[in-house]
Amino acid sequence: MPSPLAADLARIVGHRWVRERHAELATFSGDGLPTHRSEPKLVVLPGDREELIAVIRALHRLRVPFVARGAGTGLSGGALAGGDAVLLTLTRLDRIRALDPSARRATVEPGVVNARLSDAARPFGLQYAPDPSSQSACTLGGNVAENAGGPHCLKYGVTTNHVTALEVILPDGNVASFGSPQGEAWGPDLVGLFVGSEGMFGIASAITLRLVPVPEAIHTLLADFASVRAAGEAVSAIIASGVIPAALEMMDQACVRAVEASIYAAGYPTDAAAVLLVELDGRPAAAAAESASVHRTLQGHGARSIREATDPLDRARLWQGRKKAFGAMGRIARDLVVQDAVVPRSSLPDILDLIAEVGRRHDLTISNVFHAGDGNLHPNISFDGRDAALAERVHRASGEIVAACIAAGGSITGEHGVGVDKREYMPLLFSPETLSAMCAVRRVFDPLDTANPGKVIPIHACREWRAGGVP
Amino acid sequence: MSTAILERLTALLGPACVGRDPSGLPRAMPDSSDAAALVLRLAHDEGWKVRLEGRGSWLPADAPADLAVSSRGLDQVVSVSPADLVATVQAGVTLDTLERRLAAAGMWLPLDPPGRPDRSVGSIVATATTGPLRAGAGTVRDHVLGCTFVTGDGKVIQAGGRVVKNVAGYDLTKLQVGGFGGFGMLTELHLRLRARPEQDVTLVAHGDRDHLTRAGRSAIEAGVSVAALELCAPAVVAEREWQLAARLVGPAEGVAAESAALAAATGLEWRTLAVEQAHAWWTMAARAPLGGAVTLRLGALPDGLDETLDLLDEVLDTGLITVGATTGQVRWSGDAPAAAVKRVRAVAASREVPLTLERAPWALRREAGHFGAYREGVGPIVGRLRDTFDPGGTFVVALEGEDA
Repeated sequence: MPSPLAADLARIVGHRWVRERHAELATFSGDGLPTHRSEPKLVVLPGDREELIAVIRALHRLRVPFVARGAGTGLSGGALAGGDAVLLTLTRLDRIRALDPSARRATVEPGVVNARLSDAARPFGLQYAPDPSSQSACTLGGNVAENAGGPHCLKYGVTTNHVTALEVILPDGNVASFGSPQGEAWGPDLVGLFVGSEGMFGIASAITLRLVPVPEAIHTLLADFASVRAAGEAVSAIIASGVIPAALEMMDQACVRAVEASIYAAGYPTDAAAVLLVELDGRPAAAAAESASVHRTLQGHGARSIREATDPLDRARLWQGRKKAFGAMGRIARDLVVQDAVVPRSSLPDILDLIAEVGRRHDLTISNVFHAGDGNLHPNISFDGRDAALAERVHRASGEIVAACIAAGGSITGEHGVGVDKREYMPLLFSPETLSAMCAVRRVFDPLDTANPGKVIPIHACREWRAGGVP
Repeated sequence: MSTAILERLTALLGPACVGRDPSGLPRAMPDSSDAAALVLRLAHDEGWKVRLEGRGSWLPADAPADLAVSSRGLDQVVSVSPADLVATVQAGVTLDTLERRLAAAGMWLPLDPPGRPDRSVGSIVATATTGPLRAGAGTVRDHVLGCTFVTGDGKVIQAGGRVVKNVAGYDLTKLQVGGFGGFGMLTELHLRLRARPEQDVTLVAHGDRDHLTRAGRSAIEAGVSVAALELCAPAVVAEREWQLAARLVGPAEGVAAESAALAAATGLEWRTLAVEQAHAWWTMAARAPLGGAVTLRLGALPDGLDETLDLLDEVLDTGLITVGATTGQVRWSGDAPAAAVKRVRAVAASREVPLTLERAPWALRREAGHFGAYREGVGPIVGRLRDTFDPGGTFVVALEGEDA
């Protein structure tokens, strides 16, 4: 017997698309963050924009909170719904509504999978640049909510640099249009404010994105180093040299060995302390010149060997190892915490030393695979979550790493978002006044706190300010 | 009242940070975020209206107010890091000062906004005025990693950060970029920089307008990578024909390759400018938007450029127009009555092309607004954001205009 709420929502989307049995909810109780799980009250899967609006209006009438979810690949617990919250799964809104090669724009629904857009654009010589490691599964709606990054964001920018317009369903069911096809705003930059708001300002129902040309030439280099510090110094040297690689990624030995022991083996040298994966792209002559310049920089900073991908297949193999590194490390232990923090690029060598020291002190296996060119670290801690004492050590070690990144002038998250995972660290980064301002902005969009409640900002930070116009 | 305000400001900040503007209006020139917060809290508590200003070289400093708060006292380059390609500056630092400092360290802020070189960085950010380099380096928002701003009731807010990648919390920085001071006074900025390119080459071609806009589209189709591809009307270049200038930056091999690709794609006859000539050309393009009392910015897609330029021609005049041939950013300067601005805005809006009133005397700003009427669902959001960041309505700024 469905609950009255389920019956209400089923009238909008059809019975098939409302789930509330315990067994059905299990799939939707977690995302890519292994340390948190939470069962939603029910799950609803609207099939189009009109159903989405009707569902949000119905929930608003009943004052029922909701959480938007794409593919559930998020790494900060942002799409977890607990308590009374309804989970709004958007994977059925998966149409590419328009693709205009001459304007280099595409308009998509939020459930379109990231890699599918590039697949659709490639026949026109175009691609969608932001490429999170989960791009074969994650949705563009989720990318917008989290302001997702990826290896190639070093040269091409993150999600926010590629969104020109949004249609947003506000938490009260009203519709708002932000931005324009060209990118110029019709007012203040509400597109920029919305991207990265982690589902707390409403749901994007249509997203207009920039497409970029597929580069003519690509050079992919793999360099290996005898120490992590030397690899970190090489990264700083490349950045300071003025070359902007398309991607500049680092993997340490633990990570390399995990990859090489998995089905994703890419031929990385397992005796290296760290490897760098550097990609240069552009016109053939320019990319070749940049590749030669990076080659010299790597040699000058102690690279033991440098190998260049010889053909597209070889390149794909080198990248597969990097992109599937998290999966490979999943084999090492039952659980894996993928951390996400940022430091100024010049601090990389020091912070990597510190992470190693934290790992030794807490007796933890910490491996590093990350966007070195952006200073965006991903220390990964392998553990068994069933061991409470071990989980506590993981938590403490994570906290120490985050604190060190903040002390170095960095941030608590570069691309995974705050969600529930990083909420407790927000007061370390922002003053009470700034956190209060964020709460007030949230209430501008969502006065009743119904869209993805409880995420990003610690509740105690939200007392002082009231958004204007809120009764 | 003016003398009383002056005395209160002097008691608060000391005489060095207080003066009068040319019209005799009391002017506070705080030298820190905290000092700006003191001034704005006092203004809020007393119900004084505040006009925010930079150096007064772009937007006329003419909004009716009880006092002016200028960023000119905030003139320190706080830090510059070549290894991280990041700089932190106070909002009143002028672009030419910063450029000199960066050049000495081998770095570059790829921003060439319209106006004079002594524009404050805060003014460039608050008005989101991007110039020709938008083609290769993006808009102002792409260069601002974070900022400190002070709300209309004197709260100091730190948005974003100093690292190049950061998604902690909501992106409040974006609200300040192009917010025209409606959501706070910018006091400090964290900027993303680039290393100075090995080569920086400018090429110029000329021809009739439609021929050159078509060349721009051909360059896009051929995937030519330009730092800038700017089209200037005859009145701007003081020539009979329109001119199209391309700026190519990077390693020598890259510049040579793009240069060849540009020639092949456009079929134009390009002339390479000497360094001084190139500097003069880009300075001329930057000054053009100061030529009239009014400057408008329109955002079209490259396919819609001809139509947008026809519209300007028809309602206003060809006058001082500069156009990003690959970005679709159109800037017009001249003298225009409010009715004409509104007419262009309405027609452009029907084609999905936004028009921002970048620069105009107060009477026109008040009537037409920087943005005019908002799109579906946006007005109430902007109104509540204004109330949030300026609860007493302290800042005198005309975002919407009278018809909104």
